[in-house]
Amino acid sequence: MKIIVLVKEVPDTYGDRKLSLQTGLADRGAGDVVLDEIGERAVEVALRHADSAADTTVTVLSMGPESAAATVRKGLQMGATDAVHVVDDELVGADLTLTAEVLAAAIRRAGFDLVIAGNLSTDGTGGMVPVMVGELLEVPTLTGLASVNIEGGTVSGTRGVDGGVQQVTAPLPAVISITEALPDARMPNFKGIMAAKKKPFETLSLADLGITVDPASQARSIMVSVAEKPAREAGIKIVDEGDAGTKLAEFLVQNRLV
Amino acid sequence: MTDFAADSILVAIEATPAGDLGPAAPGLLGAAAQAGTPVALVIAAPGTGDAAAAAAAEAGATRVLIAELANTSALGVPAADALVAAAALVRPDAVLVNNSADGRDLAARFAIRTGAVLAADAVGVRRDEEGVVADHSVYGGAFNAVSAATFGPLVVTLRAGSVDARLAAQPLSAEKLEVVPSGRPAGTITAFEEETATSSRPDLRGAARVVSGGRGLGSEENFALVDRLADALGAAVGASRAAVDAGYIPYAHQVGQTGVSVSPQLYVALGISGAIQHRAGMQTAKTIVAINKDADAPIFDIADFGVVGDLFTVVPQLIEALEARK
Ligand SMILES: Cc1cc2nc3c(=O)[nH]c(=O)nc-3n(C[C@H](O)[C@H](O)[C@H](O)COP(=O)(O)OP(=O)(O)OC[C@H]3O[C@@H](n4cnc5c(N)ncnc54)[C@H](O)[C@@H]3O)c2cc1C
Ligand SMILES: Nc1ncnc2c1ncn2[C@@H]1O[C@H](COP(=O)(O)O)[C@@H](O)[C@H]1O
Repeated sequence: MKIIVLVKEVPDTYGDRKLSLQTGLADRGAGDVVLDEIGERAVEVALRHADSAADTTVTVLSMGPESAAATVRKGLQMGATDAVHVVDDELVGADLTLTAEVLAAAIRRAGFDLVIAGNLSTDGTGGMVPVMVGELLEVPTLTGLASVNIEGGTVSGTRGVDGGVQQVTAPLPAVISITEALPDARMPNFKGIMAAKKKPFETLSLADLGITVDPASQARSIMVSVAEKPAREAGIKIVDEGDAGTKLAEFLVQNRLV
Repeated sequence: MTDFAADSILVAIEATPAGDLGPAAPGLLGAAAQAGTPVALVIAAPGTGDAAAAAAAEAGATRVLIAELANTSALGVPAADALVAAAALVRPDAVLVNNSADGRDLAARFAIRTGAVLAADAVGVRRDEEGVVADHSVYGGAFNAVSAATFGPLVVTLRAGSVDARLAAQPLSAEKLEVVPSGRPAGTITAFEEETATSSRPDLRGAARVVSGGRGLGSEENFALVDRLADALGAAVGASRAAVDAGYIPYAHQVGQTGVSVSPQLYVALGISGAIQHRAGMQTAKTIVAINKDADAPIFDIADFGVVGDLFTVVPQLIEALEARK
């Protein structure tokens, strides 16, 4: 079975994340970048299946700037078989649709039985790339799975929606996205780090994928304006001397919050 | 019947199996009216379309299209087929969908099929000289951004609870929508377990008051203290990821980066350190109150009223004081 995992480099949520006020794009110089945690969990789902099914290959696929190669490599260190990285200057500021088109083209080129993505990235928080990819590939898509079972040519799991929980299933080939209810990713060990150096790592351009970006024929998303909001400031802070609950009640009453 | 208003905003609403529209619908229609004429598409199970349409008019839709889907077990595809058909008829300037699990799927499938541009997780829509634009609150409210499409309709998923505007009821003007199934492959919903409403507490999304508990609660049993304060304040219950991971409360209550984003009038954080990923989901609250025994907890940097103390003594006293007022 051939599994492709979609991973993405994002600004580290523990750091200071900035949007460029000129372009509206993530300011990559502002802080550290990491492999998005949900993408690591997606790799983990794939590797757990590979651990139990010997004929499984796991490809990590990412679209992102050249510098993202280092974070994509982490997928190889964890145990993925190979990596594909799509890099092209024309992709700077790509919107959701273009991102999905590029990923779908790369997936088609590689061939697949199952695509595993995260449900939501921490920078885009669009949560839409996986289902867009599924729609482009014309295969069933199960989004937001909190549990995953890959067995006998089908993928199934549980999916939280407004008002309840669904059991969903689809025949392969399919696309799924997973939530952080799935287990944390394994850490790359020394052996994995050494082995990763010899694993195939393919870098593709838009031309390799046969994609041309034509702003006249395809509508795109644009940022009209971006503004930074002033940071919040601390207010009153008291140390409990036995009456803090009462004082807090008074604060709420005075501010008409009860 | 055709001729929809030139400035139509199509609001797609997936009704529940019982035929009601869910809590997000009035806000979606209210938001749509800020950019144009709100037209609703109600996607409903067979036999429930008329009730759903009446509810949509009640919430302010000037016109309602009804799509009753024969296949309710196919995931996502039939709803997208209906939205594609509705948009072809209405030719809206924008399509508005709730930013929920199903709403995101619907918007995304529609955008791919029609080549329309997406504006994800917006907190409002409006119109400027050039057309419809969407407002976004990015990186936990640290930035405000405005997005638009270079041309063509904008497909917007609206964050639940972000728009307060509500519309007056409209006379019902509804028609059935003809939907030709696309036949695209879909996953199958094999079972659905309804969440039993365990209390009369408000929904976390859009709640005016939220009380959240963190790892500091220490156990699932102790977490009941969060529920008690929430009930005393008429608040919804939230949680940190650590509390969810520890099993004190289901994921649906998680506030933060990878959970729900809330902007209530009052946010009370109990035993929550205030990690940056938690703050990303609540720091746009009007007033923030925190109780934490660690005076250096980062939650105090953004709290309007911080109490350094043991929540197990402060909260019961607070509840008592609040109840004494009643
Ligand atoms: C990619 C990513 C996404 C994330 N998304 C989210 C998210 O959406 N939401 C989220 O919340 N977190 C998220 N996190 C996790 C986040 O980094 C923190 O780990 C988490 O918020 C900590 O939860 P906590 O404050 O309950 O626990 P802790 O940080 O352990 O804090 C517990 C607090 O309770 C206090 N306390 C203990 N006992 C008492 C007592 N008796 N009285 C008063 N105070 C007491 C302690 O002093 C401490 O400050 C994410 C992390 C990553 C990497
Ligand atoms: N540029 C990208 N490269 C690879 N995968 C991506 C990219 N953008 C989004 N994804 C995948 O889609 C998921 C959801 O992302 P988003 O739709 O941006 O919230 C991520 O967790 C990834 O699995």
